[in-house]
Parts: sequence; structure tokens; C-alpha cells
Amino acid sequence: MFDSLSDKLQRVFKNIRGEGKLTAENMEVALKEIRVALLEADVHFKVVKAFMEGVRTKALGQEVLSSFSPAQQVIKIVRDELITVLGTHTARLRTANQPPTVVMVVGLQGSGKTTSSGKLARYLSKNGHRPLLVSVDVYRPAARQQLAVLAKDLGIPIYEGTPEETKPVDLARSARREAEISGRDMVLVDTAGRLHIDEDLMTELSQLKEALNPTEILFVADAMTGQDAVKSAEEFHKRLGITGVVLTKMDGDARGGAALSIRHITGQPLKFVGTGEKSDALEAFHPDRAASRILGM
Amino acid sequence: LGKKEIDADLLEELEYTLISADIGVRTANEILEGIRQRVDRHLVNDPSELRQLISEHLLGVLEASDRPLNFAAEAPTVVLMVGVNGSGKTTTTGKLAARFSGEGKTVLMCAADTFRAAAIEQLEVWGQRTKSDIIRQSQGSDPSAVVFDALHAARARKSDVLLVDTAGRLHTKSNLMVELEKMRRTAGRVIEGAPHEVWLVLDATTGQNGLEQARKFTESAGVTGLILTKLDGTAKGGIVVAITRELNLPIRFIGVGEQAEDLLPFEPEKFISSLFEA
Ligand SMILES: Nc1nc2c(ncn2[C@@H]2O[C@H](COP(=O)(O)OP(=O)(O)OP(=O)(O)O)[C@@H](O)[C@H]2O)c(=O)[nH]1
Ligand SMILES: Nc1nc2c(ncn2[C@@H]2O[C@H](COP(=O)(O)OP(=O)(O)OP(=O)(O)O)[C@@H](O)[C@H]2O)c(=O)[nH]1
Ligand SMILES: [K+]
Ligand SMILES: [Mg+2]
Ligand SMILES: [Mg+2]
Repeated sequence: MFDSLSDKLQRVFKNIRGEGKLTAENMEVALKEIRVALLEADVHFKVVKAFMEGVRTKALGQEVLSSFSPAQQVIKIVRDELITVLGTHTARLRTANQPPTVVMVVGLQGSGKTTSSGKLARYLSKNGHRPLLVSVDVYRPAARQQLAVLAKDLGIPIYEGTPEETKPVDLARSARREAEISGRDMVLVDTAGRLHIDEDLMTELSQLKEALNPTEILFVADAMTGQDAVKSAEEFHKRLGITGVVLTKMDGDARGGAALSIRHITGQPLKFVGTGEKSDALEAFHPDRAASRILGM
Repeated sequence: LGKKEIDADLLEELEYTLISADIGVRTANEILEGIRQRVDRHLVNDPSELRQLISEHLLGVLEASDRPLNFAAEAPTVVLMVGVNGSGKTTTTGKLAARFSGEGKTVLMCAADTFRAAAIEQLEVWGQRTKSDIIRQSQGSDPSAVVFDALHAARARKSDVLLVDTAGRLHTKSNLMVELEKMRRTAGRVIEGAPHEVWLVLDATTGQNGLEQARKFTESAGVTGLILTKLDGTAKGGIVVAITRELNLPIRFIGVGEQAEDLLPFEPEKFISSLFEA
């Protein structure tokens, strides 16, 4: 483990007295470095604050393990704590007692909802389900066509709607009925991107929720998101009660601290990560990998 | 900032204001370090001066990279739109078409995103909305070939501006960055000096990764300016401070919505004062 953070911590402990042991003083210096690492990974500053408190308490109460250097020990404490907060990996989607199970896919503009809807449909059909896709994005140019192209490539049916169905709620209701008639056990509803402060569009989502009674409401978030992740996730959760998170664009080099912020603020599990543009680039969320990545390891 | 004294708490509060705007912990601390020194030397005593000092510092950074647009002496001016996935390139291309048409220029658009599902159709809607023509090929074709066609078409039609919408790509994907380099070279072979401007479209919600994006796109595509989108949300886009500081790139426009008119020239003073708003 010769990454930058552990190098930095090794140096921190070398430069202070009593380097062999974890003490209250050298711990503070080390925690400062960790704070910077978390902030550079885009973890929200309030979440960092709360997190550091937890780590400090844990660290000070701990036995000094002679097999670890102080630097290694601090990293281990932080990493373990990150994993605890990020939660166990829960890639499974819940299903309704009475099919079809409705999954709403929501989030900010450009986060990856449509692509993830296609990926989820593929994942579900590989796991023995018979999904039906529907796009209720009646706003963005060619948004519905985008999902239609993905569905066609995947060979998964899509509810196209009638020319009269111009409202998201109407489209979604008809798609649900279509699934019942054609024996499809899951309906994936790809919604338009929207800002969490857009009152009209947030109300539209509540109406969709009311009309569809979805089992899952997945919040799709971009791994490159900075401090704003807390505000948007919090508002989507407050308005809708999201049930899970999909973290996209993890194939890049963003550290993905937004994962910690979103998990902290909503308490909802990260279920999947997007790792590419193609429909097979969807993986289960692994808290241990996410933790290492946030720490830049 | 209605505090009486400049103390550690106040400086920490300022640090958090800057960090929460995505300016980054290092940049924030570098800015505050300068201020701390002045406080120590009793050059600043009044807390109300602090915000002013930070603002002046930021204004200096943002204005240092300012320069006029590089319009071609002889039409067409070719603009290449680049950026990571979903940042707002296609929408911004449409908005720019509206803007330039509104200035009386003839605009041609090039659908060089031949990869993403319905990306071409998306740009075509923008073509209809802004009454601009589009050069396209089928999905899956070589983007450089579309660029080649579009440059010839723009020259033949004597278009004033050619806007090239490219596929979103993560800066870490070297093959895709090479593809971008190829588009750029192709443009230069058809029209000397093209592309005249290369605009990196950056989502304001982007955190610290934005700096690496800007570095890599500048290396491969020769970025000449930034467009900061989605500023109509609660995100502040503070990472552009680190980007302009390091790469000396001007911020050209900001995106403040999804409609054609939702593109505004970048105004540094407004941008800076929004950083301090909750
Ligand atoms: N590299 C990478 N790109 C992704 C991933 N997920 C989505 N994308 C890309 O991100 C861009 C935006 O994805 P979309 O699925 O259109 O996003 P959206 O949330 O539906 O966008 P709107 O409907 O406009 O709000 C596209 O270029 C996708 O190919 C991912 O996991 N990795
Ligand atoms: N609120 C808001 N939304 C925007 C803005 N600019 C773009 N969008 C939205 O962001 C989403 C993505 O925009 P696109 O123009 O498709 O982004 P792109 O960079 O072309 O995406 P790819 O080609 O898939 O990489 C769409 O839903 C746009 O409507 C903006 O300034 N404000
Ligand atoms: K804003
Ligand atoms: Mg979409
Ligand atoms: Mg596009």
C-alpha cells in the first residue's frame, strides 16, 4: 500500500514524537490529513465533520496493535468506519408482492438515468425477470427515442405510448397496465432529469409515485458530483423517499465521495454502480472498494 | 459574516463557505493563508473586509484568463464542444446556435456524437428549434468523417459558425481522447486554424474531479475556454477557480436552464457573489 495517503501518514508519524504509538496528539495530525483526503474526494464538509468525530472516538479507545504501524492503524480505522457508513452491499432490487413491480428511476439532469434504466432492464432479464421499459421524459429532445434505441438493442420491450399520452402520469399508468396484460413482472420508469429545486417537476415526481406505488425509487447520481450531492439527494429523499442509489460514471477517476454524502444524508443503500456507457456496465456496489477509492488508495 | 472579531472560528467558517462551493480545500486554504498573513500583520482588522478581500482575489484569478473570442478572419469559425458524459454539450450547442443566429450569423451544426443512442436526433431537434442546418451521418460512423463533411459543407455554404457536438467521454479513456485528437486534426487539415475555439462543457455540480477533466481535455483537445452548465441549481461551480488558475482558461458562458435562451455570458462578479450565498 504505497499510495499517497498512507505515504503522507507515514511521514506524519515520522515527524512527531512518540511515532511508535498512536497518541491523542499524533492522532490529531493524522486526522487532519484524512480530513483533507475526504474533502478532496468530494465528501460533503458536514459529513466529513461528523465522520471525523466517529473516527476520533473509535481511534482513541483502541488498543495499539504492534503488528501495525500507526499510519496503517489509522488508515484501517478510517477505512473500516467508511465501510460501516457505506453499508453492506445490497445489489438486489425488492419486488412487489403483487406484480408488476414498479421501479422509478430519478435524478438530476445528465446523471445517467436513461442509460441506467437500460442497464437495469438487462440485469433484470438476465436474472429471470421480464421487464418492461417506459420513458416518461416528455421534455428533453429525443429522450424517449434514446430509451427506445437502448430497448431495441437489448431486445427488451418498451411501452411507446399513444400520441394522446403526453403526460408522464398517463404514460406510466398505461405502461403499468400494459405490463399486467402482457405478463411483464417489472416496469422500469425512466423519468426526466430535474433540479431538486424545481417545484413543478418535483411535484410531478410525487404524482408519479402516487399513481404507480413503486417498490423502488432509485436515485441516480453522478460519481463526479461535488458538495451539492447532499442538497440534491436530501431533497429528492424528502420529497419521494428514495429506496436506493445508483452511482454512475465510476469508470472514471473521480473518487466518488458523493457516495458517502448521499448515504449519510438519506440513509438509503447504494445498490449499483455504473462503470461504462454500454448496457452491460453495471455492477453491484462494494463498500470496501468504494472506501478505498474515497481514500485515494 | 456579522462577527466582531477575526478569529479562528471566522476563518473556519470562510473555509467552509469556499469548500461548499467546490473551490476545493487546497485552493480555499491557499486563499485564506494570504488573508491570515494580513490579519497577523494587522493589515485587516474588520471581519467585513474579509469577504471583500476574498472576492478581489477571486476576481483577479478569473480576470487573468480573460481574452477575446477567437473568431476566424475568414468564415467559418469552427467551435468544438467537448466534455465528459452528460455535462450538457448537446444542449449548449443548441443554445449557442440560437445565440449566434440571434446575432445574425449563419450557423451549421455537426452531429459528431455518433455513439450515444439518439444523440443525433437530439441535436436535430435543436436544429429545428434554432432553424440551423445539421450535418450528420448514421449512428456508429466515424466521428472524424462527419467532422470532415461538416467542414467542407460549412466552407461551401459560407456559414459563419460551425458548431461541432462531440460524444461525451471520460478523460481517463485514452482511446476516446485519441479520437478527439483525430477530430481536431481533421478540422485543421480542412480549414487552417480550425478548430478556432474548443469549449469544455463542465457541469456546475462537478466536484474536485473537474480539474483533472480540464487538464486531460486540454492536453488532447486543446481546450480554449469553459462553459459552466446547470448553474440554475444550487451548485456553485467553484472548481472553475482552480481550473482557470492552473490552466489559464477563460469562462465563456454559463448555462442556466434547458431552453435555448438559457445561456448567459459569464460575469465574474456575479459568479463570485453567488459563492457566498447559501
Ligand atoms: N462512462 C460512463 N458514462 C455513463 C455511465 N452512465 C451513463 N453514462 C453516460 O452519461 C451520459 C448521460 O446519460 P443519460 O443516461 O442520458 O443520463 P440521463 O440522466 O438520462 O440524462 P437526462 O435524461 O438528460 O437527465 C451519456 O453519455 C451516457 O452514455 C457510466 O456509468 N459510465
Ligand atoms: N438545469 C439545466 N439543465 C441543463 C443545462 N444544460 C444541460 N442541461 C440538461 O442536462 C442534461 C444533459 O444535457 P446534454 O446536452 O444531453 O449533455 P451532453 O453533454 O450532450 O451529454 P452526452 O452527449 O450524453 O455526453 C439534459 O437533460 C439537459 O437538458 C443547464 O444549464 N441547466
Ligand atoms: K447556482
Ligand atoms: Mg434521460
Ligand atoms: Mg450530447
